[in-house]
Amino acid sequence: MVSDHIVKSFDDELNSLVNMIAEMGGLAESQLADAISALSRRDETLASSVIVQDARLDALETDIDAQVIRMLALRQPQALDLRAVIVALKISAELERIGDYAKNVAKRTLTLMQAAAVGTASNTIVRMGAIAGSMISNVIDAYLNADIVKAEEVRARDHDVDQMHTSLFRELLTYMMEDPRNITACTHLLFIAKNIERIGDHVTNIAENVHFLVAGQIPGHDRPKSDFSSSTIINMEDNAP
Amino acid sequence: MSQTLKLSETLATAPIKVQARNVNVFYGAKQALMGIDLDIPEHHVTSLIGPSGCGKTTFLRCINRMNDIIDGCRVEGSITIDGMDIYAKNQDVVQLRARVGMVFQKPNPFPKSIYENIAYGPRIHGMAVNKKQLDDIVMDSLARAGLINEVKDRLDSPGTGLSGGQQQRLCIARAIAVKPELILMDEPCSALDPIATAKVEELIDELREHFTIVIVTHSMQQAARVSQRTAFFHMGELVETGSTEQIFTNPKDTRTQAYITGRIG
Repeated sequence: MVSDHIVKSFDDELNSLVNMIAEMGGLAESQLADAISALSRRDETLASSVIVQDARLDALETDIDAQVIRMLALRQPQALDLRAVIVALKISAELERIGDYAKNVAKRTLTLMQAAAVGTASNTIVRMGAIAGSMISNVIDAYLNADIVKAEEVRARDHDVDQMHTSLFRELLTYMMEDPRNITACTHLLFIAKNIERIGDHVTNIAENVHFLVAGQIPGHDRPKSDFSSSTIINMEDNAP
Repeated sequence: MSQTLKLSETLATAPIKVQARNVNVFYGAKQALMGIDLDIPEHHVTSLIGPSGCGKTTFLRCINRMNDIIDGCRVEGSITIDGMDIYAKNQDVVQLRARVGMVFQKPNPFPKSIYENIAYGPRIHGMAVNKKQLDDIVMDSLARAGLINEVKDRLDSPGTGLSGGQQQRLCIARAIAVKPELILMDEPCSALDPIATAKVEELIDELREHFTIVIVTHSMQQAARVSQRTAFFHMGELVETGSTEQIFTNPKDTRTQAYITGRIG
């Protein structure tokens, strides 16, 4: 257990950084959950609300940036304090991007509502979204509790998100080949799936930052990568009746 | 090659100039230093940091045997410079203090002219055979100390007439005039304003090309700026030594971390 600073205001400032990150994390998680819920329920109001609420995440990132700069200039933090300040800066950028992706999901959801539903792709997307959402929640817990083991578990969980993305990719390509009328909806769904896959990647970045915060070293880049969509090809013959 | 890589390479291969092994120092019955093992690499700046009373200045003063002049002070263990024991019976202490120069917290120029401040040491050590050689030594030392342009037109004026920062640089020039191998600095900037401090720090950076420097400082930012190796002392113990970068970004000992981050230790 690390003791308090002699100058209490230093601790207050560090705590305020932590609280802002926790708030951003909670907001990013609920933005994603709402965007996914809007998709599955075809809820226009909810989707619109997600788009509007993204501004709150942007504002939090700005506040965190300002606090970090202030602390670097005025406190000259060292060792674990320096890592705490730098990591807050990096995590806020990751969470802001996660928020942007959730907003993009909501935007495409609004567009999709003008098209018919396609196959069971939405269900897979909802499951992907749930995993990504729990990853956000777990990584913020890991940050708040300085829990390297939990951070590593989050990193590993991204494997599931990547696998689902790869299989979704194949599934959507198949729908598009079956019937060109599906192309518009499937393209939007592809982007939505990609957005969630990217959210997973950003969460693993946050997990790596938590590792750095606690251990003072950046973890190795040896996590298994399971998104093979970039090398996926489906030929028409594969799907011939 | 990156700055960090270059520095770690030169540090890793630098010969050890001063080696302290199992150094214990007592002031009467009170033990001020306990079992200190420390290597000082050549042509680098090593900073000694720690709270008041931790023993860092006591250790510094062991290296040029300034503790000899303190009644009741007893030094045990071994301190060698280039492998030679400086506490050996046949060691000439005066010669040692020419090899190991010292700069103190409060600038202390002699009550003499600027010229005489620098010339005094070389003269009594017989380092110049004539006035021209002595002049050369004085001008060279002032140039190395970054002071020459400020004083070249008033070398006969009193050293004490200079500003605090200039006086300190005069003391550094005086120390390097006798061609030491090591320069010990005991909080050399604590009496100086930020600009004078910056000039002395720049000087320290330049000087390490020719000298080995050990600096005691209360300012962790200064230790971080000027040194390549840092040793953290606490209550007479040497708690941790490492590269300055490692000590200030990822110290191994919790006491080191508590001290450098300003926590109740």
